[in-house]
Amino acid sequence: MASNALAAGSARTRASAALFRRPWLRATLLLSAPGAWFVLIYLAALVLLFVSALWSVESFTGKLEHTWTLENFETLVKVPAYRTVALRTIGIAAAVTVTDALLAVPFAFYAARVAPRRVSSFLFVAVLIPLWSSYLVRVFAWRLILAHDGILNWTLEEVGFGSVNIGYSNWAMWIVFSYIWLPFMILPVWAAIERVPSSYLEASADLGARGWRTFRSVLFPLIVPGIAAGAIFTFSLTLGDFITPTLVGGAGSQLIGNVVYQNVGVANNIPFAAAFAVVPVIVMGLFLLLARRLGAFEAL
Amino acid sequence: MDAHSAHRAPPDDAASAASTAPAVRLLDVRKTYGDVVAVERLSVEVLAGEFFTMLGPSGSGKTTTLRVIAGFELPDSGRIELHGADVTRTAPYERSVNTVFQDYALFPHMSVRENVAYGLRVQGVPKAQRKRRADEALEMVRLPGVGDRKPIALSGGQRQRVALARALVNRPRVLLLDEPLGALDLKLREEMQLELKAIQRELSENITFIYVTHDQDEALTMSDRIAVFSDGRIEQVGTPGEVYERPANAFVAGFVGTSNIVHRGGREVMIRPEKIRVLAADEHDAGAVEGTVREVAYLGSVTRYTVALDGGDTLVVIRQNLDTSAEQAAQERGRRLRLAWREEDAAHLEEKPTDGGVADGA
Repeated sequence: MASNALAAGSARTRASAALFRRPWLRATLLLSAPGAWFVLIYLAALVLLFVSALWSVESFTGKLEHTWTLENFETLVKVPAYRTVALRTIGIAAAVTVTDALLAVPFAFYAARVAPRRVSSFLFVAVLIPLWSSYLVRVFAWRLILAHDGILNWTLEEVGFGSVNIGYSNWAMWIVFSYIWLPFMILPVWAAIERVPSSYLEASADLGARGWRTFRSVLFPLIVPGIAAGAIFTFSLTLGDFITPTLVGGAGSQLIGNVVYQNVGVANNIPFAAAFAVVPVIVMGLFLLLARRLGAFEAL
Repeated sequence: MDAHSAHRAPPDDAASAASTAPAVRLLDVRKTYGDVVAVERLSVEVLAGEFFTMLGPSGSGKTTTLRVIAGFELPDSGRIELHGADVTRTAPYERSVNTVFQDYALFPHMSVRENVAYGLRVQGVPKAQRKRRADEALEMVRLPGVGDRKPIALSGGQRQRVALARALVNRPRVLLLDEPLGALDLKLREEMQLELKAIQRELSENITFIYVTHDQDEALTMSDRIAVFSDGRIEQVGTPGEVYERPANAFVAGFVGTSNIVHRGGREVMIRPEKIRVLAADEHDAGAVEGTVREVAYLGSVTRYTVALDGGDTLVVIRQNLDTSAEQAAQERGRRLRLAWREEDAAHLEEKPTDGGVADGA
């Protein structure tokens, strides 16, 4: 019966029937384009990065020398300035991640559980709107706010607190990074809080727990995956950034990204840039392992 | 019903004032969500130690009433008392009431024992005592030895018991149950009904059960008294027998069991299908009615006949299959029958539903 119907069908029917009977063929067709992209552009670039980190540059002519050496990594470990830059980068990324988590949890709780529906959708748009404007414009706006004669100091003077010197410093970087990446923390935390059934919170209150207790013992453990998912964004985005330090950072605010940028552009030492770029890759790898243990990938 | 409540506290008891007070008293409670009135000026008293069921279709206000008692919702107006104390504006964690939730609401990141011991942990009960009492509670719900498992590893029926243990371990004076058996299959549900009733009987000295369900069989099986809800009001409060045999109005008659309504001399008379007798050919009865069998449904233990009466009404009649086989039952379609019932089994319904806001509970 079925074969009669197929024989009568058009070529298109036969093709779709053939696909239906061969799941592997369907998978191959669907995945060939993204697979090729992934292997050629992403993996190949990453391999090239690792390989070129093991090359060196002739210091006089600036010519690339294709001989294997660990010299770049030795420099990284031995020169204190590079160690400082690496630790500063990781430190700022960690501080930004913690700050964003502290801001995002109460905000997302209010938006997801307390606010009326209309307020909640307004807040959702408010969180997303900054992402529509240019990153550069937003960082520049902060540069103006935090500058020595900027609006922050002007306001503080007017109110009578006196000015603060946080423009062009690590403090400025911390504030600006925290602002820029905050939406990436809020959204997964919001989703995580929304997924917790309200009956869990009611059950906790019913069993005698006050608000803080319910947060600590019931809500927080259940939204850790969401926080870890947000932390992947805030941490990795800070780890690789070089624009914010350039615009709002000061003399002692270089991050790994800046050193890489200088070595690619000014110093023309691509092998050393590649070697330094391996550091955030490794840090991020460790971070992802930790995030996976916290269940971040189930929350994404 | 008054006698029922009066015998509980001896007059010389020091705590007599508190123990004669109903476990829960709602006075003129009203709750709205925007334009929707969930509960309309509801007053009811639940006696200490009784198994009280709030029965009604979905959206009739029974769950809202339960949530108001638990403290999850604040009423717009009215008053809520627990054992004589006004708790209208009190937070859930300050009420000596525990709830078994419809979805069980077990904390997925805690073990079963941690779940059961949660209330004790919040109260600051020492760890060893917590563990002992949690294990005791698990034993009481016939679920020993699962304390170290996570709730996800349990079946629906087991989770239901854990939720019950988690509430009972705190020794609340009032236990609220929000359709706790709704997610279970029929067999398990019937088993759990009997077990719940047994546990309540064991504890009835100290605990009042308030149970929400839309299942009339469940309500009839377990309850000491039933409040029938409709549209945010209570239509009737009474024992299962009262509600079933003497429904206050057509709504109660129709919701609790199958109701047959016959018009007689300008009045509505309600008669239950199993109370109707099929007369033999030579039998005489002054009140007999005649009709034709329209539908026959063979249900195993009983057969259900739908009979169109000559007067225009339709009656459903249920007969035990004492000596009727499936084949015989099927042949009864189209047959003429004479039906009769005892006058005391017929209920005369009020023309209009009573003002459901004032339910004469106790």
